[in-house]
Amino acid sequence: MNSNTPKIKASVIENLGAVRAMIKRHKRNDILFATIGLVAIMFGLLALLTLFVDLVMDGYPRFNLQFFSDFPSRRAGSAGLLSAWVGSLLVMLVTFLTAVPVGVAAGLYLEEYAPKNWFSDLIEINVSNLAGVPSIIYGLLALGLFVYGLNLGQSILTAGLTLGLLILPIVIVSTREAIRSIPVAIREAAYAVGATKWQVVKDHVVKYSQGGILTGVIIGMSRALGETAPIITIGALTFIAFLPPSPVTTEVPFINFEWLSSSFTVLPIQMFNWLSRPDHAFHINAAATGAIIIIVTLLMNGTAIWLRYKIRKNIKW
Amino acid sequence: MISAANKVPKNYSAAVTESTTVSPRLAKNVQRHFKERIIEFVLMLAALSAVFTTFAIVAILLYESLGFFKTVSIVEFFTAKEWTPLFEDAHYGIMPLVAGTLTTSAVALAVAIPIGTVAAIYLSEFASHRAREIVKPILELLVGVPTIVFGYFALLFVTPILQKLYPELPGFNMLSAGIVMGIMIIPYIASVAEDAMRAVPMSMREGSYAMGATRFQTAIRVVTPAAVSGIVAAYILGISRAVGETMVVAVAAGQQPNLTFDPTEGAATITAYIVQVAMGDLPHASIGYQSIFAAGLVLFAMTLGFNILGHIVRKKYREQY
Repeated sequence: MNSNTPKIKASVIENLGAVRAMIKRHKRNDILFATIGLVAIMFGLLALLTLFVDLVMDGYPRFNLQFFSDFPSRRAGSAGLLSAWVGSLLVMLVTFLTAVPVGVAAGLYLEEYAPKNWFSDLIEINVSNLAGVPSIIYGLLALGLFVYGLNLGQSILTAGLTLGLLILPIVIVSTREAIRSIPVAIREAAYAVGATKWQVVKDHVVKYSQGGILTGVIIGMSRALGETAPIITIGALTFIAFLPPSPVTTEVPFINFEWLSSSFTVLPIQMFNWLSRPDHAFHINAAATGAIIIIVTLLMNGTAIWLRYKIRKNIKW
Repeated sequence: MISAANKVPKNYSAAVTESTTVSPRLAKNVQRHFKERIIEFVLMLAALSAVFTTFAIVAILLYESLGFFKTVSIVEFFTAKEWTPLFEDAHYGIMPLVAGTLTTSAVALAVAIPIGTVAAIYLSEFASHRAREIVKPILELLVGVPTIVFGYFALLFVTPILQKLYPELPGFNMLSAGIVMGIMIIPYIASVAEDAMRAVPMSMREGSYAMGATRFQTAIRVVTPAAVSGIVAAYILGISRAVGETMVVAVAAGQQPNLTFDPTEGAATITAYIVQVAMGDLPHASIGYQSIFAAGLVLFAMTLGFNILGHIVRKKYREQY
């Protein structure tokens, strides 16, 4: 190297033009790549924007209140979403009630209670593996376990439990991340005034991590809302022209649980059903449904991302 | 560490309850201690639900597949060239479904890997801080778009365009399903790969710049090789997602099992087959019913393999610096 340096120096001076050309070439490569990168990102974003605009434009004729208040029908023009959005709402309720308590509790255990040994490793590995299992496998689990094993039937309860299991890893992971950012000093202060472990966890750890947990819950719920495959697998019907019994009644005790065992359909399944028909009139309904699902899930995800951003900015421990 | 401050000796509560003259304050302590143990137990049960789910998945898949393999020999399952479990003349060769799955995934990766990687390099090495702060959340947002919507896109937007370019393309084909699946996976690969590249220490870039390298040279010859295991892990997770993806292929690739690797043909994937059978009302415990679990087992094994591989590769990269 050392013996070469003067030679190189000499050759640089001799070939100044060539060196300048090389520098120019490299600078051009920089700009070239920056352009390609920008195009790549734009391609991804534009493809998705196109998708959304396409959906809204195709589905535009069906954006009216009647679309929400009509049952599905054999005639595309008068078919509506009523049973689908009510079904989605009820399924999401069950999903929320199962995934959130179990997921938060599991996150708390792993972060605050679990001893560091093979046992908690086992749970950890399981949680991360479950996050990578394709959703349709959850559908097979539900078909074998809930529908035929526990005889819950092809009901709202089964669907809610299935989606609850599906989003459990998301809730657990986000709970743990939220808890991990709370400094030990907070816990020590609570212990110092005589709080028990549970009091520390309940009044301090959970309280300060609420925002982070909520972020995970919203992302999980939006995933559950758009999920189709596991619900088809448990055998949800695609043509439902009735509503499940109302969860709220006019008589004492004002609530009933019959709706849990009712058949149902959900928005993505209704969309799938309309999409798989050859008649183009139904495709318009599918587009309108797709636009609605996208708007709702994007709003949910947007809220979650905004919430996370806000929390990250506001925390001053 | 924290719990040490709060821990009570094991025989403490027993000793206190045995003595007859317990001060009210001590009794309250015992009660508190007992309540604490119950709460810990309940929380542990919740955490165990993850283990339970995994075991339940494996148990159900194995149990129903065992019933399937009583009728069908494993050799036939992996070597026969036709998959027609619901026909009179039933054949049980999983290969056509595996071929469909691999072909659509390959098309998806051919789209997602180049674009995702370039996007990641751009975001990590070229984009301004501000641009990154805007694009990153959008990428995250896009990961949440429901897959059935992509199915619509593949069937009614991409296929007609491709048919204009290539008129003999059938209405159901693996090409458009794969392309759309690739678009779907781009944000995912870009986001994970970008995280890996950002984890490369700044001093390595500074060293490269100090030698007179340009941004492009630094990105390609220094940062990318340093982050390669993280980037590869992103690819592997992308593969795993493509293999398990259901709705796009169920809508746009067709549902005819077809032993071909030609993406311009229609074919069924493992996931599309499961959807197709689940839509029809198959009697419980019939061979058709069991066949979806056998197919599911193959799918589960494939994705599990990719996930474990991704995990190993990522772990390796974590130890690098």
